[in-house]
Amino acid sequence: MSTNTIVSLPDQTTARIPKDNYISRENGLLSWLLTSDHKRIAILYLISLSFFFFIGGALAGLIRLELLTPQTDLMATDTYNKVFTMHGVIMVFFFLVPSVPATLGNFLIPMMIGAKDLALPKVNLLSWYLYMAGGLLALYTMAVGGVDTGWTFTTPLSTHYVNTNVLTTGLAVFVAGFSSILTGLNFIVTIHKMRAPGMTWFRLPLFIWAHYAASILMVLATPVVAIAIVLVALERTIGIGVFDPTKGGDPLLFQHLFWFYSHPAVYIMILPGMGVISEVISTFSRKRVFGYTAVAFSSVAIAVFGFFVWAHHMFIMGISNYAVLIFSLLTMLVAVPSAIKIFNWTFTLYKGSITFETPMLYAFGFMGLFTIGGMTGVFLGSSGTDIHLTETYFIVAHFHFVMVGGMLMAFLSGIHFWWPKITGRMYPEKLSQLAAMVTFIGFNFTFFPQFILGTLGMPRRYASYPPEFQILNVFSTAGATILGVGYLLPVLYLVWSLRYGAIAGNNPWQATGLEWQTQSPPLTENFAVMPVMDHEAYDYEWLEGQQQTQKETEATSAG
Amino acid sequence: MNHISPVIWQFLVKWLTNFALFPPEASKIAPQMDALYFFMVLVSLIGLTVVVLLVVSFSILYNKKRHPVAVQVEGSTLLEATWTIIPLGLFLVMFVWGALIYFRVFTPPANAMNIYIVGKQWMWKTEHPGGQHEINALHVPSGRAVQLTLISQDVFHSFSIPAFRVKREAIPGRYTTVWFEATTPGTFHLFCTQYCGTNHSQMIGDIVVLTPEDYRKWLASSTSGASLAQNGERLFASLSCAACHNARPDARGPSLANVYGAKLALSTGGTITADDAYLRESILNPSQHVTQGYAPIMPTYQGQISEEGVIALIEYIKNLNSDYRIQQTLNTTDLPPESEGKVPAAKGPASQGTVKP
Repeated sequence: MSTNTIVSLPDQTTARIPKDNYISRENGLLSWLLTSDHKRIAILYLISLSFFFFIGGALAGLIRLELLTPQTDLMATDTYNKVFTMHGVIMVFFFLVPSVPATLGNFLIPMMIGAKDLALPKVNLLSWYLYMAGGLLALYTMAVGGVDTGWTFTTPLSTHYVNTNVLTTGLAVFVAGFSSILTGLNFIVTIHKMRAPGMTWFRLPLFIWAHYAASILMVLATPVVAIAIVLVALERTIGIGVFDPTKGGDPLLFQHLFWFYSHPAVYIMILPGMGVISEVISTFSRKRVFGYTAVAFSSVAIAVFGFFVWAHHMFIMGISNYAVLIFSLLTMLVAVPSAIKIFNWTFTLYKGSITFETPMLYAFGFMGLFTIGGMTGVFLGSSGTDIHLTETYFIVAHFHFVMVGGMLMAFLSGIHFWWPKITGRMYPEKLSQLAAMVTFIGFNFTFFPQFILGTLGMPRRYASYPPEFQILNVFSTAGATILGVGYLLPVLYLVWSLRYGAIAGNNPWQATGLEWQTQSPPLTENFAVMPVMDHEAYDYEWLEGQQQTQKETEATSAG
Repeated sequence: MNHISPVIWQFLVKWLTNFALFPPEASKIAPQMDALYFFMVLVSLIGLTVVVLLVVSFSILYNKKRHPVAVQVEGSTLLEATWTIIPLGLFLVMFVWGALIYFRVFTPPANAMNIYIVGKQWMWKTEHPGGQHEINALHVPSGRAVQLTLISQDVFHSFSIPAFRVKREAIPGRYTTVWFEATTPGTFHLFCTQYCGTNHSQMIGDIVVLTPEDYRKWLASSTSGASLAQNGERLFASLSCAACHNARPDARGPSLANVYGAKLALSTGGTITADDAYLRESILNPSQHVTQGYAPIMPTYQGQISEEGVIALIEYIKNLNSDYRIQQTLNTTDLPPESEGKVPAAKGPASQGTVKP
């Protein structure tokens, strides 16, 4: 009885994908483009996000190739500047910010709380169209020559000194921002108003808590970056002078506005990923998440503190020493809830019954890499060491550990975990475990040397660099090729599994969430009967009882 | 090995001889910052080891084969408190330690010598008080506190010296300062670390630390003939500043003798300290803070003086300690007093020319 897997699939000779499900109910391109079903919109997002991810990834590949040698030999410095700018813009605004919320969040929030759809289904579709409009504008910008301001659009460089497509890129980000705001709004309303009977706040899966916290950030922070972009546009077109020191403006003001969004944006990106990790670790250790309330409130704490740390991006920019003191202290405080989460996940394993399917491997990868990413954040939050480490490859390594090592691992973990629910079919387990390993190894090879490069002082956004930095850059580029393989593999086998994967059945992981108590792929209205939540979240004993009853009913009906 | 693969041989040799893992410590603050850095590395390693050890040992002890049925554990207030308080305590130590270093880096000692740095796309211009100019290089003596006053004439730049663990943003329209005391003679990297456009990665240079004796020799051999203050004096004359700031009883502008560092009463009430930033503002945007007793009649010199020119003027004003000196300036020029009404723009190019390196 004690095998090392929890996967329980239906008998493959008799099992069929349910005839009526959200994919099969309607056909044709228009049925997708005009859908208001949250699950179909999630699929639209998944396809478009992956597309943008691979464009951003290709740009990253170009960056790493250029940095293989100290000289600029693959491309001119201007081209290099455009490449890293577009890499940043696409990855941040068109992949990381919407990644988990728009795909998994969209698909799962209504199902997890026992609702038929999001509160505002048409607004949800509008979000996707806004996202696509922004994304296509960004691609158009790339096609007509790109932009070279860096994804941070720092003034006065972006307002007075570059002649590239700042306005169209700004517009792309502006439009995509509304997609984010509407998604956040939709989630908040849904979580407040659409919960099934018995689904109290403290019975919500932690995935929901994390999305709720992230949604608050989306709604409150995104308008500020919209304002900052509008001001840049006005400065460029009519020269209003808000950021222009010769007109009495303050060039630093832009950075305050920009980071007032872009720092919380980091938590918009990571919080939903943390939600995924909570679900995955609980399921594969058959245990309720250790300290449920602590994890739930730490998400909220991160969201609240996340608003008050933006100036830690500006410690060396001549803001007052006392402002630095306050922001450094607040930065230390925001690090604590993340530490709490890591330890709670670790102790969820304690006395569990652990198996190591792919989502769990990715989750372990997340925990290790996010711990490194988080700790190195403290190096930068401490004002003294920030002086030396900021604006170098140390920062590049730090945020890639958090965003790629953390967020992307969580995204892949979640995609594998809910793949059977989304498609009704299993992915190939061995191959995907290999992909998880390759990703982990490639990631460390790529980004760990960058911590050393940064400590040595290598500045970020350099197309050429002194020759003594070459060896570490060679390592990094070599690692990036491994990482590339790690990301291509899932695309191949996940597409393969759409046709050839094993039939998953309702609940292959024997997970407790409401989304697993219905057919896979689900009906358009999610549940045949409106679910009633009569147990706590992650109640594995309830699940066992449930399965027991089901077996008995089957036995009696057969007999 | 050389016979097997020259490429690998080359790679290994390069590796062994030209491969750094840690930057040199060439300033007084560097070892202090590194102590904190290594403390944080240590804490991170311990933290990571704890997490990894726990995950690995739980994975071994409680994998499904060995431990087929999970035991539900709700949580533990004691454990929660432990991993809230210990990280918080450690982070607070790092905060205090970091803040102490931060304040040290940005609080120059009173006896520091001052060097001006002007950043522009894509070069660093260095203005020594003795009138020495450098491009993409900075010569400093070892064993002496050196303060840098930085400004940018276009976009944000950042003046970074990794070997000193010191970095400061050069901001358009605003002076920022940082100081260091170099300890080891040698040549070190200077980088611009704030992305500033096309040739950002070429905005690099050398920091040359000389022994005090070599530094004196370098100063003597690199002089341009006039000190920064003398350049400022020439500019002061050619812009007809002395037409108003002439310290006569009927002068339309305040006397500038001993004005540097003084607390000035403003016409709007309140006081302001006449530091570099105030002097710069008073030249480029004179009506912003007018001294008490004077009308806001001074024209702006925005766009007519380069950043180096402003620096030279400030350096001149810093060294002005008597009204007599101003009148000397007045007398040494052949400008008639009537020229005060002239638009200074007419002299724009001439005024710029006086401070070109």
